[in-house]
Amino acid sequence: MSLSIRAVEVALGVRPVLRGVSLEVAPAEVVALVGPNGAGKTTLLRVASRALSPDAGEVCFGGRPLDRWSRRALARAIAVVPQDTGTPFPFRAGELVVMGRVPHQPLVGFERKQDVDHALLALERMGIAHLADRSVFQLSGGERQLVAFARALAQEPKLLLLDEPTAFLDLRHRVRVLSVVRAFAAEGGSALVVSHDLNLAARVCDRLVVLQEGAIVASGAPEEVMTAELLGDVYGAEVDILTAPGGRPVAVPKAI
Amino acid sequence: MKHLTARRFLAVIFLLALLLLASGIIGLVLGPSSLSLADVVTGLSEHEGVAADIVWRIRVPRIALAALVGACLSVAGVVFQALLRNPLADPFILGVSGGAALGGIAMLSLGGLLGLGYAAVPPAAFAGAVLTTVLLYLVAGVHGRVSPANLLLTGVVFNAFASAAIVFLASAAGLTEGARIFLWLVGNLSAARLDVAPWLVVFLLVGFTTAVAFSRSLNVLALGDEAAEQLGVPVARQQRILLLATSLMVGAAVSVAGLVGFVGLIIPHLLRLILGPDHRLLVPAAALAGAAFLVACDTAARTLLGGRELPVGAITAIVGGPLFLVLLRRQHLQVLAR
Repeated sequence: MSLSIRAVEVALGVRPVLRGVSLEVAPAEVVALVGPNGAGKTTLLRVASRALSPDAGEVCFGGRPLDRWSRRALARAIAVVPQDTGTPFPFRAGELVVMGRVPHQPLVGFERKQDVDHALLALERMGIAHLADRSVFQLSGGERQLVAFARALAQEPKLLLLDEPTAFLDLRHRVRVLSVVRAFAAEGGSALVVSHDLNLAARVCDRLVVLQEGAIVASGAPEEVMTAELLGDVYGAEVDILTAPGGRPVAVPKAI
Repeated sequence: MKHLTARRFLAVIFLLALLLLASGIIGLVLGPSSLSLADVVTGLSEHEGVAADIVWRIRVPRIALAALVGACLSVAGVVFQALLRNPLADPFILGVSGGAALGGIAMLSLGGLLGLGYAAVPPAAFAGAVLTTVLLYLVAGVHGRVSPANLLLTGVVFNAFASAAIVFLASAAGLTEGARIFLWLVGNLSAARLDVAPWLVVFLLVGFTTAVAFSRSLNVLALGDEAAEQLGVPVARQQRILLLATSLMVGAAVSVAGLVGFVGLIIPHLLRLILGPDHRLLVPAAALAGAAFLVACDTAARTLLGGRELPVGAITAIVGGPLFLVLLRRQHLQVLAR
């Protein structure tokens, strides 16, 4: 199933945040959404998850407008990994991950064996099975992010919406998260990833979409989009573009 | 991976039911007129005689009311803490109690002028609670989702307003009424009448059933409104239903017993520390533990000074205050320090 965002406009108060954004994410595709702070990336992600309904335009998943999906069916199709992963109560990591099963479970009752199995599998895929019985209060921000990611996997979605999934992670865990995203796509899932890490995005995504002041200014394969001119225009920063082994581009700041 | 199983659930509920039973039995035995356990058993099985009179007319009603009020307040504490995503929330934080107190005290101080007796106080208090709930909806819940911050602010402001109005009424009322008002504000079961118990049962059942039915949603709400919605929970609708059912339950408890503090704060915290934060277990556990705690406190209130009674709210505060500070020292509440 593919996500299609068509001519979406959003204003928060009087300030326009998204101005006619259109974007497709096909099955098995990983799309990175990049752009400077305040460009509207998180807002676009919220629109794609139905947390925010657009003032104009339409968002469909699997050909059906989001507001015509039932809540639970949509939760079985789309999972979100948010930036904010704090909780007010000391749930165990495993308890948080098994919450990903909520849209699959009957409304009341205890966890079934398959729910626990899915949660365990998700914890293992993220490499945090050893944290399962740890209270979230004892986890670092990065570990909480991995837990949130595992919860999204336990949801068994068709589409992952990731908001800065690697922001608090060390190199090892970044690689882990991105390889999980790739594996997810290899199984036919799709992902829309907001990231500030251009190089990692270029390395792992099929397509880069550049958002500036609420509009898409470039979209395409990383090597087409990541040019010194475009990054200079969008970020106002001077960079050199190198080529990593495998042909993907890498942006490095010009000597200061 | 540890998770809540039916076996653990039943074990905990069974133990807490035993605790409630034990505190009930102690409550039956202890009191100004001394009865042995054997007297209590005879009294319970008979319909006439001194023992039967004391047991059936005095102690059973008191214990039943204390248990009901304790369960209401404790479950309400759990629900408000989850809804507001704030471990410091208690049943009185949204101003419902202030509204109930104002209603009850307005009746206490002015009821005489209208020729209404003391029996009119609980209904007036309940009316106050209902009006406050309506006000909460109007102020804090206009657009779809109810914002915790708005709810909290509305509650704080309304409680402050209610306190001022209560002080005004208490000053205007005479000395005798003033003493009654004071007992009300501390929380007190000595004046409670058994004929309100059926109402209390109804509102407890409504509030409790709602909380149990939505207990998994209460867990998911800890992730935040948006995350909960993205897991398929109809957050706005469930928040409204929970808020309404819980406010009515608090209103009912306050109209019977006044502002009995700390039950709704300390019991949820203590249970969360021991049992973990899963609301599927926490809600029923809170009902039983809250009931047992208030029965025990009320027994102490009846017996500590011999013939004279203490208001039960004084006992809950004396026990609850230090206990809360001890809990606060535990890492369990470290979230507050962030």
